[in-house]
Formats: sequence, C-alpha cells, structure tokens
Amino acid sequence: MTAELILFLVLALVAVGAALGLLFSRNAVYAALFLVLNFITVAVFYLLLNAPFLAMAQVTIYAGAIMVLFLFVIMLLGARKLKTSGENLWQRRLAIGLGVVLLGELVVLFFAKGWRGTLIGDIGSKFGSPEHIGIELFNQYLLPFEITSILLLVGIIGAIVLTKDN
Amino acid sequence: MIPISYYILLSAILFTIGAVCVLIRRNAIIIFMGIELMLNAANLAFVAFANQHQSVSGQIIVFFVIAVAAAEVAVGLALIVTIFRTKRSIDVDQLSSLKG
Repeated sequence: MTAELILFLVLALVAVGAALGLLFSRNAVYAALFLVLNFITVAVFYLLLNAPFLAMAQVTIYAGAIMVLFLFVIMLLGARKLKTSGENLWQRRLAIGLGVVLLGELVVLFFAKGWRGTLIGDIGSKFGSPEHIGIELFNQYLLPFEITSILLLVGIIGAIVLTKDN
Repeated sequence: MIPISYYILLSAILFTIGAVCVLIRRNAIIIFMGIELMLNAANLAFVAFANQHQSVSGQIIVFFVIAVAAAEVAVGLALIVTIFRTKRSIDVDQLSSLKG
C-alpha cells in the first residue's frame, strides 16, 4: 500500500459517499452540497492524474458557478415547499435493479477489454498545464472552441428569453 | 502507481449512482444534479485515459464537456423556473399534460 493508493481509496470512498448522499437526501439544499463535495473530490482526482488546469476549472466552474446557480434556483423556488407525490415503491425497486444491471454491464464491458495498464504517476510538470492545454486547444481544437463559444452565447440568450416576464 | 482499472471502476460506480438518481427521484432539480453526476463520471474516465495514453486531447474534451454542461444548466434551470411559474410544482410525476 503506497501513500498514493491510500489517498485514492479514501477519496473514492468520499466521492461515492457524497454521490449516495445526493441520491438519498430529502432536502434539495443538502443534495446540492453533497454534489459540491463530490465535484471537489473529483478535482483532487484530476490533480492525481496530472490535470492541474482541469482541476482548477472543475472547482471554479462546476463547484463554483454551476452549483451556485443550482442553489440559487432551489432557494428561489423554496427548498421546503416542494410537494412530492407519493413514493412509488415498485418503481424504486425496479430502478435500483436496473442500476445494478447497468453497473454490471459497465464492469463487464470495461474489464473484458483487459485494461490492466498502470498509470504513470509523474509524466512531467508540463503535461496538463495551462500552457500545454492552451497550445493544443488553439492549434488543433480551434473550431470546436469557437463553436463552444457560440453554444454558450445561445445558452445565455435562451435563459434570458425563457425566464422573461411577459 | 494506481492501476487505471480503479479509476474506471470508480467512474462506472458514480455513473450508475447518477443514473439511479435520475430514475428514482421526482424533483426535477435533483434529476438535473444526477445528470451532472453522470457527466462528471464520464469526465473522470476521460482524464484517466488521457493520463494512460499521455495525450492531452482527453483533457481538452473534458474542457468542452464542462462548457457544454454550463450552457445546459443555464437553459435547463430556466426551463424549470418557467415550469414552476405555470404549474406551481417541479414534481416530474405531475407534469403529465401530454399524456394521451
């Protein structure tokens, strides 16, 4: 057991626990906070995987901007006033059964390929740095980058039009 | 050194929890969070493979996924707010106007 493996196992436990907290929490605000915890643990995984730029983007965009938007809407709609229809027990059992089947399928698919390659802990300080990502992004992926900016513009306009008061 | 299979297994578990969250929760906002969890699990697999193949392309795809998720959340939450204004509820079981 190396220190890296222990760190991985503890973080994996926190990530799965936070995801289960999202799944089972009654209160929407708690669910959102569990999701923030999950995003931050995934950001630490990105650091372990030599992706420092993505780790920072994850914290600022996902755990920051997106989750603030979620919490804002939850507060706007009133966290406690949301009425729920009666629990459908057979639906819940069916969903959990289907989830187990999905997990089994994923595991079989992934491990039938025999991916046993070990990860390289330290590829070099340049890999995944903002400089490296930027050079690749603006040389090889320039067109997708521009399309993404148009998509974000459409998203902004769509959000404004949809919530406009008539 | 951590084998890549650990990361793939973790990603599969997180994806499954997100899918089950979409299936069993009735609150539209929490269903949305389940979708975010699934996107995040896929991103983790992308970054793990980017590390294994020592190619930064996987990380750039994750960057695009984050941008698309941001746009998706903005529009999706605007839709939820609009639905709440007209129906006074965001319980997906009560949104059955199109039921034949």
